[in-house]
Amino acid sequence: MQENIEAQKVPARALLIILVVVALSLTAIMSANYILGHPEIPASKDLALYLLILGAVGLILSIYILLQLRRRIVRARIESPPIVTVVECKACGYKNSRAFQRGDYIFKEGEACDKCKGKTLITAIYREVKDKERDTFPT
Amino acid sequence: MDIVAFITTFNFQLLQIPTDIQTILSVLFYVVFGIFLFYGQRIQMYIMIREVQGSLYRLKYIKDEGRKITVETIKEIGKPQTDPATRVDRLLDYFTITPQNLDPAGIVWKLEHILDVRDERMKDEVKTMAPAADETQRNNLENTLEAEMALNYIYKVIRHFYLLGKKTLSLYIIMQIQMILPLIMREAEAYASALKAFAYGQPIGDGAGALVAAKLSIGYEKRKVAKDCTVATVPFEGRTAFVIKAEGPGGNVGKPGDAIKTIIEENNGKIANVIMIDAAMKLEGEPVGEVSEGTGAAIGGPGVDQFKIEEELVKYHIPVNAVIIKEDIGDAVSPMRKEIFDAADKAIERIKQVVLERTKEGDKLIIAGIGNTIGIA
Repeated sequence: MQENIEAQKVPARALLIILVVVALSLTAIMSANYILGHPEIPASKDLALYLLILGAVGLILSIYILLQLRRRIVRARIESPPIVTVVECKACGYKNSRAFQRGDYIFKEGEACDKCKGKTLITAIYREVKDKERDTFPT
Repeated sequence: MDIVAFITTFNFQLLQIPTDIQTILSVLFYVVFGIFLFYGQRIQMYIMIREVQGSLYRLKYIKDEGRKITVETIKEIGKPQTDPATRVDRLLDYFTITPQNLDPAGIVWKLEHILDVRDERMKDEVKTMAPAADETQRNNLENTLEAEMALNYIYKVIRHFYLLGKKTLSLYIIMQIQMILPLIMREAEAYASALKAFAYGQPIGDGAGALVAAKLSIGYEKRKVAKDCTVATVPFEGRTAFVIKAEGPGGNVGKPGDAIKTIIEENNGKIANVIMIDAAMKLEGEPVGEVSEGTGAAIGGPGVDQFKIEEELVKYHIPVNAVIIKEDIGDAVSPMRKEIFDAADKAIERIKQVVLERTKEGDKLIIAGIGNTIGIA
């Protein structure tokens, strides 16, 4: 009983189900609209309302599930935040920040200073994180 | 509109569907009640299975991406003659058997031996896969492989419980994995960012202790004191400090236990204080980069180094102080956050305080920066 876990199959199947639900919901809404517009049809206004609610709920649910699926796809990516390298001139103290390059390390002697052509040193490598709003509790 | 008219007529004229909403709702209520009465637990289990399945897809994605990054990095840096993918796949299942602990006497040395053998094997494998890589790059590649091995293991364990739960339809098997899933996912995501950091040689949060040591010893001559460990003799607040750290800038934790032991032996035990700096797990609610002080050997890992340090400290009755920089598991193995980088200066201030309060002028002391020194010279 070998089972394969394949992430690609799910969205297609889910999409198909969503499409069917959307089609049924639209049919329900259109039917309700038709009943309300044609008094000769032997159906009560209550039923039209019932169909309208059913259609609306179906549509809202489909949109919600679609958004959820999209979010799941977005979340599946491995985030790589920008890394900053700070290069400092040993002679004039000029500081320069740039994107991290492979081979950079803290306290590596860097390229010549842009201002005085003196020796530079990588003094910091870090990533800046914008903290999401979190639950806090008084200390 | 003809189709709509047809469907509407079909529904209400031919099928004679009851139009009374109250009746429909009552029937619906009893049906739903019956379903939940008899199949409630099963429905709950299917919901849990779906949840575990979703996480498993994500884990698989993370693991596969990790493997791709590992193979590409080996190809880019190591310039191998053959495709390293097969060798990487073989290494992903590499395991280590811990020593038998029925008679625990001497287990530390057995564990150390096994870890040394494993380390040597990993180094050799990386050397074979990436012949063009220098020592720093080889260390980084070794760390990258270790992160991918961890991801592979997490994926396999979760898949095991998922499939076992589906096979046995046991709520309890599924439940136990579903309950700890958020923590496992956090760990997996942390390893995923660690893998990228290792591949690029970026400093990680765990290197906070090594960063403090590097800042203290910059400009002073370093000598190798133990395997993958260096020491610098630094004048510090009128005292002589032996600053120990792992040899960088490659991914390395070294053997600080051996390094501290060697320095103590070299000075015939005349060391006034040992101060250890390490990154430590923070509790939720504590800020990242908070610096705390305590007593004891601040060092993680399998425990071999902590054991050696404690043995030596007891032998010569040397007091040990710890300064820790707090961070969570995600921060510890992903590229170093600015808050952690800034905390290194705060930790140095705290070390100064400890040194001034706990030692006398002219004393000798050891300052050991513990942690992975990747991206830090």
